[in-house]
Amino acid sequence: MQQSVKEKARALLENGTVSRVLGWKKGEFCYDLTPSVFTRVEEVDRDFVYSDFSGANLSKYLISESKKNGKVAAFLKPCDSYSFVQLLKEHRICRENVYVVGVACDGMCDPRMLEEKGGVLRVEARGDTLRVESLYGMEDVARKNLLLERCRVCKSKKIVLFDELLGEQGKEAPAGDRFAEVSKLEAETPEERFAFWQKELSRCIRCNACRNVCPACSCEKCVFDNPKSGVANKAAADPFEENLFHIIRAFHVAGRCTDCGECSRVCPQHIPLHLLNRKFIKDINELYGPYMAGSDLESKPALLTYDTGDCEPSVVLTRGGEQA
Amino acid sequence: MPVNEEFQPTIVAFCCNWCSYAGADLSGTNRMQYPANVKIIRIPCSCRLNPTFILRAFQRGADGVILCGCHPGDCHYTSGNYFARRRMTLLFSMLDYLGIERERTRVEWVSAAEGAKFAATMNDFVATVTKLGKNKRLEDLRCSKA
Amino acid sequence: MKRILLSRLNALFAALAGKEKLYIPAQDGSGNASYTLWREGLILSDSGNTNRSAKDLFFPQVENLVGFRVSGKEIEMIETRDPAEAFILFGVRACDARSFELLDRVFLTDAKDTYYENRRQSATVVTMACSRPEATCFCGNFGIDPAEPGGDVSCWTEGEYLYWQANTDKGEALTQGLPLEDCESEKVDAAKATIRSMTEKLPLNHLDLSGFDRKHMLQIFHSDKWAGLSESCLGCGTCTFVCPTCQCYDIQEFNDGQAVRRFRCWDSCMYKDFTQMSAGQPRPTQKERFRQRFMHKLVYFPDNNDGLFGCVGCGRCLKRCPIHMNIVKVSKALKEETV
Repeated sequence: MQQSVKEKARALLENGTVSRVLGWKKGEFCYDLTPSVFTRVEEVDRDFVYSDFSGANLSKYLISESKKNGKVAAFLKPCDSYSFVQLLKEHRICRENVYVVGVACDGMCDPRMLEEKGGVLRVEARGDTLRVESLYGMEDVARKNLLLERCRVCKSKKIVLFDELLGEQGKEAPAGDRFAEVSKLEAETPEERFAFWQKELSRCIRCNACRNVCPACSCEKCVFDNPKSGVANKAAADPFEENLFHIIRAFHVAGRCTDCGECSRVCPQHIPLHLLNRKFIKDINELYGPYMAGSDLESKPALLTYDTGDCEPSVVLTRGGEQA
Repeated sequence: MPVNEEFQPTIVAFCCNWCSYAGADLSGTNRMQYPANVKIIRIPCSCRLNPTFILRAFQRGADGVILCGCHPGDCHYTSGNYFARRRMTLLFSMLDYLGIERERTRVEWVSAAEGAKFAATMNDFVATVTKLGKNKRLEDLRCSKA
Repeated sequence: MKRILLSRLNALFAALAGKEKLYIPAQDGSGNASYTLWREGLILSDSGNTNRSAKDLFFPQVENLVGFRVSGKEIEMIETRDPAEAFILFGVRACDARSFELLDRVFLTDAKDTYYENRRQSATVVTMACSRPEATCFCGNFGIDPAEPGGDVSCWTEGEYLYWQANTDKGEALTQGLPLEDCESEKVDAAKATIRSMTEKLPLNHLDLSGFDRKHMLQIFHSDKWAGLSESCLGCGTCTFVCPTCQCYDIQEFNDGQAVRRFRCWDSCMYKDFTQMSAGQPRPTQKERFRQRFMHKLVYFPDNNDGLFGCVGCGRCLKRCPIHMNIVKVSKALKEETV
């Protein structure tokens, strides 16, 4: 697969299907790939890499890339394709300027898992194990132990939309483990939940990486950057501001979040931000019927529609979890 | 109105212009009593309530926040309260998930004719929040009075 | 040279904490090391350098400057400065220890920043040699020796012992009355040799940074490489916030209902509204903002500070950048502009 993606990138540029290719560029190590736009075949030959560490979701870059002249090819993994479709639905991407190559995916590895081993220099794939070579020795690690959180509980291997497919089309995964952590929290007492979130959110340094990487967070000007909004709070590391920022951010993407997991992947302080988004997804599924953002171009997100028979907000008082 | 002498909660009530705000007016003209702790903020429709407003109210010292709007089906703009209902359900559920007391927030549908319901709702809400005590979990320490 | 059994570290920390407030790198909720106020039983983290840099202790993310209360036509000034309490910062690595020198050059020259100065003066820095450098470490490029970490006191771990050497008067004063025993320095010399042989093997420790100077400033500035390097930059502030040498801040005000508090908080040159003026934004796209950060570290800062680069090679940005773009990649790409 790694080789065929690279060859496809090469071919698309060579035969003139597209003028640019959006992919991943090799780094100093094998695990520090950078999303990049390739315009020449030689660049692809030299720098293009598709590997176990091509985790970055490229969909958001298409907002700006699709507005430039000429066609751009984008390699989208199944979960990236959900973000792509959601953005199309919100009219943020010019579809005619994008050539989507769907790439089947077995999950991506998390460089942070390597960090724990310390001093990793090289990683070599050998079937289901990865040979990790570090300053301090060599180790064979099962691939599944290095996967990103979102891949360990993969929501779908289906590529929602593509012009061309590499590998085999997959299916949506049964909604099992993805909400296990949310359910566990819900079952705790309010005191425990409060303590948990204080512990997690108090580490926030307000770098805005979660927001800036999020495909659903594509407002031209974020309310938190706008001094006139009254809630702008640049870098203010204050317990209230952290609550405010994360609640409002999660709320603003509720119903549009495809659970691509980028927020948790990039957080420099390792805050499990996906647990906020998944709470909304779980609630929407339970209260308003199963809904998967980005799974089609027609359906309406839960907060953009209603039913006259919807439950009342007081449902919160009686459903699930411990009473306050 | 017997309220706990030691603790007087601050309640912010967001009221829809077309119904609950008039309902509050009616309860006033009918000389029905509800605690003075309730600060009413008029909004054009219940769906104007941005979740940020609720959090900001808590930041600035509210101990409870209630949203009052037209009964489902009676929205002046046809469907505003239906949208508000979904938003508030999800928001309240999220606040609960973060460990914030779920009785601190409430939604009640009050029409312009329901002055008595408005007063009763406020009495009940103030009593509930008084029992909960001061808002500690969503407070901004910078704003708390020394 | 003095030493203490590693198994008795808790006794050492207790003795230190008995003197002044003590901060040590301990594991936080996510398993990363983070400077934490010591309390009985808190264990020194063994998982690499701290996630956030040690600058936090001198230049905190948010710091109150002054407050105002208005009544009628009177404006009353309120002192909101944190009292500068003496503290010990334990376990600082050589890279972070060097970063204090760089920050001093910014905050303690010309107009002195008294908030920073207070914290610097009330701190005793106890450094720790790196026995397990990471692949992303590149401090060697900046003349930093992780085997000689400096500070008021230097520490090494070797075998079952923690070795302790006071370097300054402050360090000597701190050493008084601690449960340490005298010892020879042979073991430490061996430890230093091991560390140095390890740092020789670090893949990024031999960058060629010659030519990043005033002479090539414009050539580097106008390089067409910047567009490509910055194209996928998300414009978040991660690199600047985890960086031990980034020192830009913004001054803002917060009205708490009774008074207005003026505070400063970290700012990032990667943000859209950084140095925004009424006339607009001097760096309109991410390319200019990105360029500013690296020009500052690689060219402007050394030009103003006797050739000292604005980077200490701690490797935090290499590990934390969401798109893995960093100063190593940038300096390698721009190298050809310096010939």
